[in-house]
Amino acid sequence: MTSRSWLAAAVALCAASPAVCEIAPKDLSFVEGAIEASLTGTPGNPEEGVKVMTTNALGNCVACHTVAALPNVQFPGNIGPALDGAASRYTEAQLRGILVNSKMTFEASFMPAFYKTEGFIRPGAAYSGKAPEGDLPPILTAQQIEDVLSYLVTLKQ
Amino acid sequence: MHRSVTSWAVLALGLALSGAASADPVDDKLVVETDDGAIEFVTSAPAPDHIKDKMAVIYSGWLYREDETRDLQRDDFDNPGMVFVDRGLDTWNKALGKNGESCMGCHQGPETMAGLRAVTPRVDEKTGALMTVENYIDLCVTERMGLEAWGWTGDKMKDIVALISMQSRGMAVNVAIDGAAAPFWEKGKEIYYTRYGQLEMACASCHEQYQGKMIRADHLSQGQINGFPAYRLKDSGILTAQQRFVGCVRDTRAETFKPNSDEFKALELYVASRGNGLTVEGVSVRH
Ligand code: HEC
Ligand code: HEC
Repeated sequence: MTSRSWLAAAVALCAASPAVCEIAPKDLSFVEGAIEASLTGTPGNPEEGVKVMTTNALGNCVACHTVAALPNVQFPGNIGPALDGAASRYTEAQLRGILVNSKMTFEASFMPAFYKTEGFIRPGAAYSGKAPEGDLPPILTAQQIEDVLSYLVTLKQ
Repeated sequence: MHRSVTSWAVLALGLALSGAASADPVDDKLVVETDDGAIEFVTSAPAPDHIKDKMAVIYSGWLYREDETRDLQRDDFDNPGMVFVDRGLDTWNKALGKNGESCMGCHQGPETMAGLRAVTPRVDEKTGALMTVENYIDLCVTERMGLEAWGWTGDKMKDIVALISMQSRGMAVNVAIDGAAAPFWEKGKEIYYTRYGQLEMACASCHEQYQGKMIRADHLSQGQINGFPAYRLKDSGILTAQQRFVGCVRDTRAETFKPNSDEFKALELYVASRGNGLTVEGVSVRH
């Protein structure tokens, strides 16, 4: 199959069953920390992205970051840089890479890798304190990453 | 870096509501009046030599808490933890043992325990085992009183730990890290710097690298344990140091270690040693 026809087939498959064409965390390739291709092929929804960013059990980005455009968020943390203007500092591909695994961009970063399933020391099943049964899911789904990204790219200065 | 007026306002509001005027520990003094006179606590001190390369000054977690929480600890009548200390005294005096033994029968009053909390965990000279206050209590309960072991974090155990810790109030923490303690201490240190869980965070990430910062509404302290056991307002109960470790490790999306595991005992020694020079707060109050 040529790469073009392979792509067409993949796109058709994606439309039929979105989960099939998600790129799994272990199949991702980074180029200097950045990830060019969408993880799902489906454009993100910025409103969903904000929900992910401000919900404790999901991304909880505001635990560490302030976002001036989200003034209703109570008690944002101040561990990471303010996210305002992030899209002026980084390309979309770079931001995707930072979300998936920030340690590929910032060495030894404190920021968690939101789309990674292997290589942890004593991972637990979410916040239960117990070992996971079966495979460990990433913290965010591929589509949630794309949703957050679609909001982040609006943060221009 | 650009920051709009709104974001500053929100940030200021967050800090005001959480009681911290800035990201630094507050400038305050802890003095508690007791029947035996006033106890002046050392809530900040020069860092012990073994962490001097990481920080110059060590601070009690008390200095990172809101005004109301700090005030509760200034007065034993307001400190909700004292109820548990009283309950511990009842247990201490009771003939609970298989043959009617009691703590008091062997040790007299709880004041004979003065100083113990300040130097534990420590290695027992005879057995070579690393001993927490809980381990000493467990030995008495099971071997000298012939009882079933108390749960490590059960009420009876924690009441007595609270009572015993109170006897060292105001004494400087001074756990040994050399000699027989060294291998335990090294192990604890390794755990302290290991990035556990799906969030890949170490104790050091929050309590060394980012201490003083806000993680959402929480003001990150140095994670010292001189205040433990603590009365935790959120749980309306006593929390031991190792229970706090369980919570912190769980928050990294990790499989935790259990209280009284070799890992958490070693970690308790290591964390205690980072507070050498601060004073035992007996039963502190935390949110
Ligand atoms: C536990 C803390 C933490 C959480 C949670 C967190 N981050 Fe971060 N983030 C950081 C830190 C710290 C940095 C700075 C990079 C470094 O030095 O490691 C950073 C950097 C970034 C940057 C680069 C900003 C710049 O201008 O350099 C972006 C973009 C970002 N984070 C987005 C997010 C998003 C979106 C989320 C949630 C899905 C998130 N972060 C969650 C701690 C966090
Ligand atoms: C994700 C961040 C994070 C990590 C990682 C973490 N903690 Fe904490 N810890 C907190 C927060 C938040 C609090 C409550 C505020 C405070 O006292 O710092 C806390 C409180 C504590 C306290 C209570 C201090 C007091 O005086 O009340 C101790 C002790 C402690 N942590 C020890 C540890 C140890 C030991 C580890 C590693 C096993 C650890 N923490 C890992 C966030 C963390």
